[in-house]
Amino acid sequence: MKADPVGVLTGTHFLDGDQACCEGALAAGCRFSAGYPITPSTEIVERFAYRVPLVGGMFIQMEDELASSIAIAGAVWAGARAFTVTSGPGFSLMMEHIGYAAMTETPLVIVDVQRGGPSTGLPTLPGQADMMQARWGSHGDYEIIALCPTSPQECFDLMIAAFNLSEQYRTPVLFMMDECVGHMTEKVVIPPADQIEIVPRRFTTAPPGSYKPFLPDPDGVPPIARAGDGHRFHITGLTHDEQGYPAMNVNAQQQLIHRLIGKIRDNAGKIARNEEHFLDDADVVVVAYGITARVALRAVQMAREQGVKAGLLRPVVVWPFPLARIRELAARPSLAGFVVPEMNCGQMVLEVERAVAGRAPVALLSHAGGTVHRPEDILAAILDSAAAGSARRSTGQVRPAPLAEVSR
Amino acid sequence: MSAFVNLDPAVNPVEQFLRSDRMPHIWCPGCGIGTTVNCFARALLQAKTDLNKVAVVSGIGCTGRVAGYVQFDSFHTTHGRAIPFATGLKLANPDLTVVVYSGDGDLIAIGGNHFIHAARRNVDLKIICLNNFTYGMTGGQVAPTTPVGAFATTTPYGCFEQPFNLPYLAESSGAVYVARWTSFHVRQLIHAMGEALRKKGFSFIEILSPCPTLYERRNRLGDGLDMMKYFKESSVVRHGASTREVGLTFQGPIVLGKFVDTDRPDFLTSMNQQLGRTLEAQYDGCGGDHVRS
Repeated sequence: MKADPVGVLTGTHFLDGDQACCEGALAAGCRFSAGYPITPSTEIVERFAYRVPLVGGMFIQMEDELASSIAIAGAVWAGARAFTVTSGPGFSLMMEHIGYAAMTETPLVIVDVQRGGPSTGLPTLPGQADMMQARWGSHGDYEIIALCPTSPQECFDLMIAAFNLSEQYRTPVLFMMDECVGHMTEKVVIPPADQIEIVPRRFTTAPPGSYKPFLPDPDGVPPIARAGDGHRFHITGLTHDEQGYPAMNVNAQQQLIHRLIGKIRDNAGKIARNEEHFLDDADVVVVAYGITARVALRAVQMAREQGVKAGLLRPVVVWPFPLARIRELAARPSLAGFVVPEMNCGQMVLEVERAVAGRAPVALLSHAGGTVHRPEDILAAILDSAAAGSARRSTGQVRPAPLAEVSR
Repeated sequence: MSAFVNLDPAVNPVEQFLRSDRMPHIWCPGCGIGTTVNCFARALLQAKTDLNKVAVVSGIGCTGRVAGYVQFDSFHTTHGRAIPFATGLKLANPDLTVVVYSGDGDLIAIGGNHFIHAARRNVDLKIICLNNFTYGMTGGQVAPTTPVGAFATTTPYGCFEQPFNLPYLAESSGAVYVARWTSFHVRQLIHAMGEALRKKGFSFIEILSPCPTLYERRNRLGDGLDMMKYFKESSVVRHGASTREVGLTFQGPIVLGKFVDTDRPDFLTSMNQQLGRTLEAQYDGCGGDHVRS
């Protein structure tokens, strides 16, 4: 279906990433947010609080992030599209409700504008150190979808994608910004509403009395209902059967958890979204996401200017991680290696290494946060990787270094 | 689509409110929670409310299981977070009658911050708080309601922390309806639940209830019936009593009644008034169909 024009601020704007993220949520049909102030994410809900009453929705500032992250789940079960917004410390507080939303298959979006951590860390400066927390932060087994924008324009565009994915797979979706993207101001083009595709909520068509909230369609995703429509359904964070009733047994656990994981893992190819530059003939592949990918692209261009065949793979959807694509690249005989710059001490590089599985060297270029990498530093890592590749070739070493030599 | 109470004398009047396919329930013999659910059903019998618009939200714990047994749109949420979940539910669909049914540990210990803030905001929620003086589900630990001198597994030498006086906490936080009854006082409780269902705003009912398995046995207070005798013999009804003076002590006197019944605009009313004043014609209200997809 097309976006409701009421919430779409069509035109060319000069916005920062936080503001653009808010406009993306509104364009996606989101009319409810509950939030708690935290730098550097607050501007998103400030704008939402200002804008949303004009389009029939509401914002409530809650007493903490625990409340915010469960209030939006309540709003979703009343039928709203809802999101909340936070940064590191608040993101930590929201972990239990990410698991609750995964378990109860509640479609919602949580934005984490990453700053330097751990703990209070660097409130006003960027980091990318919540990436593994996004994947694993709540207890128990689940799969998650997470997107990572690299510009204000993408904060708008990908928020719509985030809401769409949450509806399509009936799952929480995490939107992993960082302070740099959040506070960077650039041109943002918001298209007319009829050019914005919205995935409608998959409401059940079952008559009242027969609806089972966790009976999946063939694609593994169950249709949803909303309170007040006569279905009188039950939702619980306990392991449950198709009816939604608690089921404390091994079979129910096996069935439910495998389905929850399968509906995302089995569709990883469909969910995947990568941006690629110069990969066709690349000898050195830089894997980077978020703001770091923008710096990395500059470094790749600089390498090309020096005659080194570098390329960039940028996962736009960071979870599920594009393991298959990296495996393909790792299998190239000409490949010198991977370079992974991150604003953390080595998180997504673990996924790259897992995909590469020793078939090529993987070099981490870590930065503890506070500012972005310098393109020159990434360039140096690219040149090192290329040089090591040439040295191996000249000594007749066809297979790259074994896994044990990969530095972390 | 609406659904109203079935008054056919041939059927058990309470059954229509229960998920019979989930029986038997988990509650122990002598526990008071089931009795209060019966009262809740009977209050609904009299309330003439559209049953399809009733939603029950619970947290975690023995009382937290109520949501799973009642035949409504029902939500078993996370520990302590029933009130903020219910807040989102109510605000996104103001047509719902949202009942939060949970225990003292869930609502007042881990969920205490949400309790005071929802009361302050006067969100239109009906809070039914079972106070059995302990954590039942986890095995009888000390709660913020455990009386001084009572024993719990985590106060094996006796509790020495002052407990909350819940009606006082609720009133001072902003609740517009505050009452306390016990699971012995079923008629009064039915009446109070009916009043709370009709009341607009943050309404709070504390229900004292036996936990024979964990609280009474550890404190050598007998079984469920003995606790009912205590509730019967040691309670006095004082409607309008100052909540400051209704605090509980170990096996001491109990003041029951309706302590607060006042009116002030609820959250949505205040919000709509304020936004209407400020935005004038630009504001077309919110909630309901605006918010729902």
